[in-house]
Amino acid sequence: MRRFIEKSIEKIFAACGMITTVTILLIIVFLFKEGAGLFNSPEVEKGYALCVNAANPIEYISAPDVKKIYNSAITNWSELVGYDEYDINIVLFRDDNKDIFEYYDDEELGDDFDEIEANIPKKVLELIASTPGMLAFVREENLKKNAKGIKVLNKGTVSSDNFFFGHEWIPTATPAPQFGILPLILGTLWVSLVAILIATPLGIGVAIYLSELAQSKVRDILKPAIELLAGIPSVVYGFFGLVVLVPMVQKTLGLPVGETAFTASVILAIMALPTIITVAEDAIRSTPRAMREASLALGATHWQTIYKVVIPYAASGISAAVVLGIGRAIGETMVALMVTGNAAVIPKTLFAPVRTIPATIAAELGEAPGGGVHYQALFVLGCVLFLITLAISITAELISKRQHNKGL
Amino acid sequence: MNIIEAKNIDFYYGDFQALKGVSLTVAKNSVTAFIGPSGCGKSTFLRLLNRMNDLIPDIKLSGECFINGENIYRKGIDVDVLRKKIGMVFQKPNPFPKSIFDNIAYGLRVNGERSKEFIRNRVEESLKGAALWEEVKDKLTHSAYDLSGGQQQRLCIARALAVKPDILLMDEPASALDPISTSKIEELIYNLKAEYTIVIVTHNMQQAARVSDTTGFFMLGELIEFSDTKKMFLNPDKEQTQNYITGRFG
Repeated sequence: MRRFIEKSIEKIFAACGMITTVTILLIIVFLFKEGAGLFNSPEVEKGYALCVNAANPIEYISAPDVKKIYNSAITNWSELVGYDEYDINIVLFRDDNKDIFEYYDDEELGDDFDEIEANIPKKVLELIASTPGMLAFVREENLKKNAKGIKVLNKGTVSSDNFFFGHEWIPTATPAPQFGILPLILGTLWVSLVAILIATPLGIGVAIYLSELAQSKVRDILKPAIELLAGIPSVVYGFFGLVVLVPMVQKTLGLPVGETAFTASVILAIMALPTIITVAEDAIRSTPRAMREASLALGATHWQTIYKVVIPYAASGISAAVVLGIGRAIGETMVALMVTGNAAVIPKTLFAPVRTIPATIAAELGEAPGGGVHYQALFVLGCVLFLITLAISITAELISKRQHNKGL
Repeated sequence: MNIIEAKNIDFYYGDFQALKGVSLTVAKNSVTAFIGPSGCGKSTFLRLLNRMNDLIPDIKLSGECFINGENIYRKGIDVDVLRKKIGMVFQKPNPFPKSIFDNIAYGLRVNGERSKEFIRNRVEESLKGAALWEEVKDKLTHSAYDLSGGQQQRLCIARALAVKPDILLMDEPASALDPISTSKIEELIYNLKAEYTIVIVTHNMQQAARVSDTTGFFMLGELIEFSDTKKMFLNPDKEQTQNYITGRFG
């Protein structure tokens, strides 16, 4: 009977391990499955086709270029084709029901409202076929009727080049949504990098102070206080940042806005500190007393013992602490959302608004129609974030292993 | 000449009195062994000679302890300099997680020695002094943890010798080792006597009898008897000593 109970307890623990592993795998699979659809989705808004005159030599217009055309930053086909062969101004046909009246009058279109309505698609196609420089978004269903003299562009899917290296993230733009995640990746890395640059020396310093130098009375007060810091919800940090730090940064540095990468970095650094301090302090404390004594007995000073024996011994633990801190900073959503300013531009300075990946996902997922391109793009963003953190932890693992091998 | 002179030392861990009025003298280039049951204060006494007990919070000491004529507990003494003069070997081998070479060189480097040439020579000299040179001369860059327990302990002795101390304190240096390694360490102690004053704490009475010139018997924080080793083991003055040595308690 006892044997049976022991066996079943073992089974239960094994099952716990299994469940955890499967859950983690499921999450990763789900993340990648939802995101994978993106590169199979049409580049153009669903149900629409990008059409030009059949005589036009152009084959493909990238999403950023479409946007430029609509913003009148590109006005001549020769700019897109790359040479002067097709030196014709671009004529934009924006909206079926409005623009059509610039080309046809009411009588040409039909007698009554219903007839006009029915005629418009046909007339639009006619118009494209007869205007060499025209660019138009046409409903796919209308194209089926009569597509003579018309060329459909961008039948392909979202290109990974534009996705990963695009400079603009405007997922809701019509007719050409911009899915360039480079500013988001750089924004995330930028904010986290600065945060970790602030938090690492400070955190390790405090850890050394707490474990080696502080009086036990000081430690008894400081340690719980730091642990308390870890328990504060991130939204409270964000609130603090918004109310205190943002105006402070704005005033002292004389910036137009206080919501900058720097502000977010400072808050993220404060948030990462407790993790770094606690883990690093444990690592430093776990250095055997025998090691310290061996060093001191050879005439080394306390400080020599700390940096020549204790810190190298605790190096893997300390790097683990830093990685956990980085993980916290990179994945942090609420603070990033509240104090970065959320401008999806490639960061050029510390003191300008940026936007991070987690903040983007949090802010936009609710508004992205399920299964749509935007939705899928957000999932790919999630995958990217996952891969970044994975890469960091693997690197850290390798570093600490190498240090360990070198040391031992 | 007496290199160590302890006068009426009381030592407390918090409220617990670990040493009661201990007085003794140790002659230069001799081997002194401390024996006694666990918790009798012999290790505490050893560790106060290089002020290793300072690491423990809430300790108190009264009495005087002179090393080379200097009171090591006077105010303003430089503990790091003192410890450089007094090497220590611990119960368990505790090499640093570094290479064999760096382990030995550590003491020199922390004391400001820069010359590579000097360090290399001293490392070789120390390893030879600890009878380890032949075994490790081809793998000085290997990790110290690649060595066996006995080799590690001799490495720790070599590490202590590298800074040329006057005194070598050994806290049960062979208690974690097998008999063969133990006999190597004992032989080493015998050879080191020519250059160093050695104070050794041991649980093993045969070991004390084999290696030491003078033996001190501690019990419950008191130094019961302190005399010539031969006399101690053949004809002790005190009955308690007799009982302990013959194994009637302990």
